[in-house]
Amino acid sequence: MSVIIILLGLSLCVSIGFLIAFIWSVKSGQLEDDYSPAHKIFFDDNQPGNVQ
Amino acid sequence: MVNETVLQTATATVCYHCGEDCPNNSMRYDDKVFCCSGCQTVYTLLQENGLCNYYNLNEHAGINRREVIRKDKFAFLEDQSIRQALIRFKNEVETHVTFYIPYIHCSSCMYLLEQLYRIHPGVIRTDINFLKKEASIIFNEKQLPLRALVELLTELGYEPHLSLQQMKQEKPKVNRRLVYRLGVAGFCFGNIMLMSFPEYFSEDVQQEAYLGSIFRYLNLVLALPVFFYCSSIFLLSAWKGLKHKHINIDFPVAIAIVATFGRSVADVLFQQGAGYFDSLSGIVFFMLIGRVVQDKTYGALSFERDYTDYFPIAATVVKDGQTIARPLPDIKAGDTLKIHNNELVPADGILVRGKAQIDYSFVTGESVPVLPETGEIIYAGGKQLGADIELLTVKEVAQSYLTGLWNKEHQQDDAAIKAHETQSFVHKLATNFTWIVLAIAFITGLYWWAHDPAKIWPSVTAILIIACPCALLLTSTFTRGYILRILGRNGLYLRNAHVIEPLGKLNHLVFDKTGTLTAAEQISAAHYGPELTIEEQQLIASLTHPTTHAMSRPVRAILNHDHLYEVFGFHEYPGLGVSGTVNGKEVRIGTAGFMQRNAEHIAQKGTILLITIDEEDKGYFVLTQGLRKGIEGLLHRLQKLLRISMLSGDMPHQAKLLQQVAGPDVNLRFQQQPHDKLAYVQQLQQQGKTVGMIGDGLNDAGALRQSNVGICIAEDTNSFTPAGDAILKGAQLHMLDKLILMSKSSRLIIILCFSFSFLYNTIGLILAVQARLSPIAAAILMPCSTLSIILLTYIVSKIRSKKLGLK
Repeated sequence: MSVIIILLGLSLCVSIGFLIAFIWSVKSGQLEDDYSPAHKIFFDDNQPGNVQ
Repeated sequence: MVNETVLQTATATVCYHCGEDCPNNSMRYDDKVFCCSGCQTVYTLLQENGLCNYYNLNEHAGINRREVIRKDKFAFLEDQSIRQALIRFKNEVETHVTFYIPYIHCSSCMYLLEQLYRIHPGVIRTDINFLKKEASIIFNEKQLPLRALVELLTELGYEPHLSLQQMKQEKPKVNRRLVYRLGVAGFCFGNIMLMSFPEYFSEDVQQEAYLGSIFRYLNLVLALPVFFYCSSIFLLSAWKGLKHKHINIDFPVAIAIVATFGRSVADVLFQQGAGYFDSLSGIVFFMLIGRVVQDKTYGALSFERDYTDYFPIAATVVKDGQTIARPLPDIKAGDTLKIHNNELVPADGILVRGKAQIDYSFVTGESVPVLPETGEIIYAGGKQLGADIELLTVKEVAQSYLTGLWNKEHQQDDAAIKAHETQSFVHKLATNFTWIVLAIAFITGLYWWAHDPAKIWPSVTAILIIACPCALLLTSTFTRGYILRILGRNGLYLRNAHVIEPLGKLNHLVFDKTGTLTAAEQISAAHYGPELTIEEQQLIASLTHPTTHAMSRPVRAILNHDHLYEVFGFHEYPGLGVSGTVNGKEVRIGTAGFMQRNAEHIAQKGTILLITIDEEDKGYFVLTQGLRKGIEGLLHRLQKLLRISMLSGDMPHQAKLLQQVAGPDVNLRFQQQPHDKLAYVQQLQQQGKTVGMIGDGLNDAGALRQSNVGICIAEDTNSFTPAGDAILKGAQLHMLDKLILMSKSSRLIIILCFSFSFLYNTIGLILAVQARLSPIAAAILMPCSTLSIILLTYIVSKIRSKKLGLK
């Protein structure tokens, strides 16, 4: 049964990793603007000669 | 029939860049039609840089560039202190600025601004926050000075909004403490649940006792951040309430949290059981979710605007015959200011040179401009129309009439907000609830003291745990959160959830007339004077065609415009009038000042425009603002709920019409100055009324702040509104009665759902007084009650809003 303790430690480490990722994503402002990035993806950068 | 086709072709040509009507079809370039050289310049610039995708993303995405920007308009950006206030970060190669650009309106705007580096190599990177209409620009100041950057943006039609606000030192900080706490609580909750399962379901744990205690101690460790970090919001709020000698909703919650934590720690340390860590972290997690739901904010809206948002960042000072731009806070009494067309007078001053025509609608709500003579005083907040004037400043900006008025009101502000929060019935309910719970706990303790003293501790702590009014906190936070969103979907944006309750309690509404009841697009025109022949009507209609001014459409509507002539030498004088040669005749339409005629014999019924054809007077147009659509019905429905008054800064020329529309019970007052409006609201409040004020201008700012709920009307959400408790879209004003009813029902919904959740509490309490509440029973009851409450408040709010016909 002592293998459970190792698994426990591992699962806690993984979930702490997710917690840190969450805090980082909030801190860096990723969740601030949920509108613009979805639209920016449609803009083509690489068409300098874009003539209609 | 022939005439009609002429008209159609005339209106069908719209500018390729901005989509507005093209006056003379003259600008043609690259097979495309442009309304002005400004628009064509932008097109050329975009085409040269291969950015024509701008036009593919959205048709006519451009911003009209007909108005010519004064050459030295941005000279103030060379001033050191202004540059410092605007620049966020600067080193050798990079300078960072963030501009608020109100003109951002579609994905084309986003596309163009993010590709700015292709137009000018000095731009390194642009990031657009579309909802906030903010552009963060990183650029190289050696290649592109700040002034040139702003001029480039303006050239493209994206003029940043630069106001005195930006000279203030403190920048608002984003508050994310709730979100961090939510994350940590969620993490701990999930893991504690996981660790608690073996305790509840496994036989092995009992066999291998060391494993069981490992789980328990791990739970204890995981519960530490929940108690000391996540729940600190509730504990601190309860403590603050106690210090001010009043019990708020957080107090019983705090008691429950402390009792649960204390009991659980004791259980684990003295090996009495597993404790209630899962219930504790779960309840904290759900309550934090409730807070996040309730604290929804509209990032794109500002409820804190003051005069500094409206005032320019700099003014032009005339010194020794030279003009220099100087930041507004540095303007001293005795400076001579030069005010250009359409600029705001930033400080009270005496007119020393030029022909002043001041539009005070910003300050007083009166829309007819006044014409001060040289030597007369002009108050800050007025807008100059027409030619340049010079003023001798008599008071500094911060001490001028308008700013003084605003500052005076600002002091009462904090107290008012506090009153909103403590008056909520939820707090009263929580206070009663706390006493009842404490009484039950005390009686139970007494009982066990007499019968079996060993059970005092488990039973009393269990009561405090189970009787936690988290359900009350949850229902109130979730209900308010939902209602906030329902109101938001229907165009009413509240400053915060605490506004819902006073909004539902309103029993007197005060309307400001201009801009609130009347709408700019509902202008109607009437002609007075000698009757016009059809030929004359067509001449005048032709002249109104090239301009997009708001008054041209209503004027044209009352004239015969079957045939429109081409206008030669068309000239528009902003805020004054238009002139041009039509079919060989010189036609002019404009204000009395512009026409150099005396119009004092004409009673002021609205805005008056005189007409001349070949220097011969042809009477005048009177333009009056019509009422918004649906106002009449709204006023009648509202009067079933509450009393109504109307205040107006205007002359009483529409009194009869308004009284007719509103009904005889409505109190109408005209020529109200800002302080009259404020005093009126105060007077109503002294009669014990809960007063709502609805206004749209800075002239209503005082009354809006004084009222229990100040609602600002905005034509679209990015237009500037004074500070208030709520912002209502102008087009949604006719729904106001329904929105008030919706807020009213928040109280009922909270009580209903709370009574429902009381069922769970009763079951728990019955177990608790007998000292039989096991951790697993608590762990089942808690999420059940929480989830059913969340669902129930949602369903009931939804049904109520459907019934009211809200989205």
